[in-house]
Amino acid sequence: MLNDEQIERYSRHIILKDIGGTGQEKILNGKVLIIGMGGLGAPAALYLAAAGVGTLGLVDGDVVDLSNLQRQVIHFTPDVGRPKVESAKEKIAQINPDVKVNTHHTLATADTIIDLMKDYDFIIDGTDNFPAKFLINDACVIAKKPYSHGGILRFDGQTLTHTPGEMCYRCVFHSPPPPNAVPTCSQAGVLGAIAGMLGTMQAAEALKYLTGVGDLLTNKLLIFNAKNMAFRTVKMKRNPKCPVCGDNPTITQLEDYEQAICALKK
Amino acid sequence: MTVKINGTEETIDDGLSISGLLKKKDVDMPDMVSVELNGEILDRELFDSTVVKQGDDIEFLYFMGGGQR
Ligand SMILES: [Zn+2]
Repeated sequence: MLNDEQIERYSRHIILKDIGGTGQEKILNGKVLIIGMGGLGAPAALYLAAAGVGTLGLVDGDVVDLSNLQRQVIHFTPDVGRPKVESAKEKIAQINPDVKVNTHHTLATADTIIDLMKDYDFIIDGTDNFPAKFLINDACVIAKKPYSHGGILRFDGQTLTHTPGEMCYRCVFHSPPPPNAVPTCSQAGVLGAIAGMLGTMQAAEALKYLTGVGDLLTNKLLIFNAKNMAFRTVKMKRNPKCPVCGDNPTITQLEDYEQAICALKK
Repeated sequence: MTVKINGTEETIDDGLSISGLLKKKDVDMPDMVSVELNGEILDRELFDSTVVKQGDDIEFLYFMGGGQR
């Protein structure tokens, strides 16, 4: 049951007829894992915390860098040099003491990811590299976890939501591109606000999943370009030849792909 | 003939393969693009042999990383 303070705090959710008190209770009981506390994870975490998601898990092995602050809005200037998960946990506690935060100052790997995910209802992919994105996809398919995929570059963003049995990221993108074939944000740049646009879409998908409101972005790929503010949703379906969710999957256990980012560290 | 490419109607030459169309569109790294043809993802091995037909609905989908760093 919601207490008086919660009724006031979440009143703008509660008056939404699709959510109401029952929906807000679902949010308060919800558990969301955010992998990557950067450009996408930061805005997603802020909105999910404000919304009252009961438990937020944060996974990131990095520390805050000055060049992160242009878009990773959960981290502030005095946080430079601190672990991102610690910086984020502190802000979440100030936004909303209702939220329990579990921090994992580590990279998600093939050995650890299933265990990291197991207590959560929904996963947000806020990572910046293809090895991690494919690992998260495969882990979610294998462990039957719903998740939101997000990618941004320059002025563009794309996102899809996977739920068990529906089309996955590998249905569209068969395997990771060769290292350095696709530039990352640190090579090619990204408009900071794009990260906010996409991260908040991912947060909205998580809240829709928890409350059961509306239609998720499943079997669709949403693509936008902010230069002309063009949004497009491409209809897709599960690919029977998909190596992980297809009819004869070849990927049945997880492996770590080469970290493309290593090449960027010189 | 006319086809739809990434949601926009376009006129292209008859007889082009998907590979030919990618070349025409100046996609220099076809390995980096996934192609959806009339709602289904097309096998990469079929890019050369698949000929574009009048009215086809083609989506070029690109890898997009980014978000964390
Ligand atoms: Zn799949």
